Amino acid sequence: MNKLDTNYKNTWCPGCGNFGILVAFKNAIKDEDPNNIAIVSGIGCHAKIVDYINVNSFYSLHGRALPAAEGIKLANPDLKVIAFTGDGDSLDEGISHLIHAAKRNSDITVVLHNNRLFALTTGQFTAVSVEGFKGKSTPTGAPESPINPLELLLASNATFISRSYSGNIKHLEETLKRAIAHKGFSIVEVLEPCVSFFNTTEFYNNKTYVLDDANLDSREEALKKIREWNYEENGEKVPLGVFYEVSKLPFYERVLTNKKEETVEDILKELI
Amino acid sequence: MKDFTILVGGQAGQGSRKAGLVIAKILNSLGYRIFIYDDYQSLIRGGHSFSKIRVSDKKVEGQSEELDYIIALDKETIDKHLDSLKDSGTVLFNADRIEFKKGLGIKSETIAKEEGGSSIMANTVMISAFAKTIGVDFELLKNVFQKEFKKGLDINLKIAERVYVEVIEKTKIEKLENKILPLITGNEALALGSVEAGLDMYYAYPMTPATSILHFLAGRKLGVETIQLENEIAVIIAALGSAYAGKRTMIGTSGGGFALMTEGLSFGVMAEIPVVIVNSQRTGPATGVPTYSGQSDLNFVLNAGHGDLVKFTVAPSNADECYEWGGRILNLAWKYQTPAVVLIDKEISESTFNLDINSKIEQENNSLWNQEGEYRRYEITENGISPLAFPGNGVVVKTTSYEHDQNGLTAEESEEEITAMQEKRLRKFEAMQEEVDNMEDAIKIFGNKDSKNVLITFGSSTGPAIEAAEKFDLKVVQIVVLEPFPVIQVTEAVGDASLIVCVEQNALGQLASLLAKNGIEAEELILKYSSRVIQKGEIEDLLKEIL
Repeated sequence: MNKLDTNYKNTWCPGCGNFGILVAFKNAIKDEDPNNIAIVSGIGCHAKIVDYINVNSFYSLHGRALPAAEGIKLANPDLKVIAFTGDGDSLDEGISHLIHAAKRNSDITVVLHNNRLFALTTGQFTAVSVEGFKGKSTPTGAPESPINPLELLLASNATFISRSYSGNIKHLEETLKRAIAHKGFSIVEVLEPCVSFFNTTEFYNNKTYVLDDANLDSREEALKKIREWNYEENGEKVPLGVFYEVSKLPFYERVLTNKKEETVEDILKELI
Repeated sequence: MKDFTILVGGQAGQGSRKAGLVIAKILNSLGYRIFIYDDYQSLIRGGHSFSKIRVSDKKVEGQSEELDYIIALDKETIDKHLDSLKDSGTVLFNADRIEFKKGLGIKSETIAKEEGGSSIMANTVMISAFAKTIGVDFELLKNVFQKEFKKGLDINLKIAERVYVEVIEKTKIEKLENKILPLITGNEALALGSVEAGLDMYYAYPMTPATSILHFLAGRKLGVETIQLENEIAVIIAALGSAYAGKRTMIGTSGGGFALMTEGLSFGVMAEIPVVIVNSQRTGPATGVPTYSGQSDLNFVLNAGHGDLVKFTVAPSNADECYEWGGRILNLAWKYQTPAVVLIDKEISESTFNLDINSKIEQENNSLWNQEGEYRRYEITENGISPLAFPGNGVVVKTTSYEHDQNGLTAEESEEEITAMQEKRLRKFEAMQEEVDNMEDAIKIFGNKDSKNVLITFGSSTGPAIEAAEKFDLKVVQIVVLEPFPVIQVTEAVGDASLIVCVEQNALGQLASLLAKNGIEAEELILKYSSRVIQKGEIEDLLKEIL
C-alpha cells in the first residue's frame, strides 16, 4: 500500500474523472513531506478525495473549502494547503470565497474539479453547465448560460491560473506541482467527465490541447487563452496549460503583522 | 450616596462622545465610579448623539433616568432631554447655536475659533466650563487633557484655560478615597480577557455592536492577529480552519451575522473544533434597530445549529464579567473542543464601565495528545474528549463535517460506528453539564437573599434589576451560564420562592421559556422591547403593580 493511501473504500463511479485527479495529486506530492501538507475539501463527489489520501485533512461544508484553507494557512504558514473543490461547491454555493481568496492572494492551491454539473445530487445544472442542460431540475433545459470561471479569476487578481484535464494525468501532475510551488493564490481548473450524468470524455479527448508557456505575465494574453473556449458544448479547441502567472506578496505576509509589544496590564494602566 | 448624571449631546460629528469621555475621566480620577451610556443613530453626520455619564461614590452598572446636568452642543439636545432634567439641574449650552433662557450659555464655537481652533473644539469649551462649574482644579483637567488629546493638545489647553478663567465656580466637588479604576467598554474588556487566556486570532465581518472588538484588537499590539473577511460564513469557517491548525480563535458579530454562522457552528460541534463566537445583540428581527440594544436572540442562540448539539453559552452583564468570561470561555472551548457563545448586547458592548478585576485569567492547557501509540483524532474515550493534535505535529490529523470513525474518515455504512461517535459526543455534553453543575458562579445572587420574592434576569437587565430590587428588598438571581443550564443552582436559589418575576428585554419572555423548560415557572414577566435599555424606574413601576 502506498503510504499516501488510507485504504478507505472508494465510491466514485467507475470511469469517474476524479480517479485521474487522485493519481496525479499523489504523484505531485510524493516528494513533499506529508507532515507539512494539509488538504481541504468542500462537499460533493470531489470531496471524497480527502478520505482517500493519508495526509492531514479538513473535510469542510458545502461551498466552504476555501475559507477553511485560508484559515489553516494563516494559522500555520509553514503548511502547504491545497483545497479541492467542485464547480457546484465554489462556483455556486461558495463563489464569493473564490473571488476573495484570489483577490487577497491567499497562499493556497485550489483544485477545481469541474465536471460542469452537480453530480452527487444526481445531476442538476451549475454555473458552468452548458445552456440548455437537461437535468432533473431543468427537464426542458437549463435557462442560463455558463460563466467562464478563469476569466472571473483573472478579474479577481488571481496570481496563478491554469487548466488541465483529468484524462491527461502527466499534464495534470506537472500543473499541480507548479501550482503548489507558486507562492500566492493558484488555481488548477481540472476538466473532468461525469460518466453518469454528463460524459464529456470524448469531447475533451478530441478538443483539448496543451499550450506552451508564453507571456505568462500578460493579462491580455491570458484573457485570449482563457476566452478561446467559453464552456460551450461544441467548442473547437480547449486549451490546457498555465495561462497566467505573476509574483505578488501572499496574504499571510501582509496580514500577519501583530507583534506582542504591549500587555493587558499596560493597557489597563493607560485606561485610568 | 452621591449619584448624579451628566448628559452631553450634539449632532454626530460634533464630538459629544469625546467630551463625555473626558468629563468621565476627570471624575474618575477624583475617585468616582463611572458608567457611560453612548447613544447614536445609524448615520455618520447629523442626527442626534449623546453620552450619559453616571457618576457615583459606589459602583454603578446602569443608567439613571434623571439628569443633573445637560451639556448641549446643539438645540436638539435641549429639546430632547430637558424633560429628564431634575428641578435642581443645570444646563450648559453652546450659545452659538442655541438660544435658551436658563443655565450657562457660552459662545463655544466663537471662543474655539478666537483661540485658533476649529468649531469642533466647541466640545473642549464645554468640558472646561463644566469642570470649572463643579470646581475641578485646573491641574487635574490639564493632566486628563494630556492623556486624551494626543493631537492638538496645546490649542485645546489654550481654549480650556481661557474658559476656565471666565466661568464661575458654583460648587466644589469632593475628592473620594476610592482606588482609581480603568474605564473600559464591555467589548474592550472581553477582548482583554480573551488575550489573557491566549487568544491568537480574531476574525470578523463588521457588524454593530460587535465591531469595536475588531477595532480594539486591530489597533493594539497584543500579538493577536485580526482579519476581516468577506462575510460571516467565511469568518467562522476560517476560524475553524485556524483552530484545527492549533490557534485559539474568536469571532464576533450580531444576530444577523450569527445567523449566517450557524452552519459553521454545527460543523464545529461535529468536528469538535473550539471557537468562541461573540453575539452582541441589537433589537431584532432582521436588521431591526441596529444601534440599540435588546435580548431577543436568546432563544436563537440556545437553539442555533442543526443536529443534536450542546455548546457553552454565557451572558456576562458588565465589563468585569466580560473580562472574566472572555478568558474563561476560551479555556472551556479548548478544554471541551467545542464552539462556545458569549451573548451580550449593545448596552454592555459599547457602554463604559470601571473595571475591577477580582480573578486572574490565565491560559489553561488543551487536552493535547500524549504522543503515545497510534494517533486517532476522534478516539473513543470515557469522558468523550479525544486527544488533540495539529497538522505539522508528525501525525495525520483528519477532521470532517461528516459523521466519522475514530480516524476522522467518513462513516456512513456502519450503524454501530455512527452510534458510537454520537454517544462519544453525548458523554462530552454530559461532562460539560457537570462542569457547569460544579461552577458556583454559574449564577449570581444579589439583594435580600432571604426574600421569597425573586427577580430572575440575565445580561444587561441585571444592573437595573438589582437597583430596582433594593427598593422592595427582593432577591435577584442573575443567570450567567445559560448553556448547559445550571439547573441545580437555579432550582436551589428559587427553591422556597413564593413569587418569581423574570426581567428581560425581549417581547416573548425568552428567559421565562428557558426557565420553564428547566422546571422553573415565572409567575410574572417584566419585558421591555422598545430597543432602549430597561431602566430601574420602569422595573420599579411594574413591581409596584405586581407585589
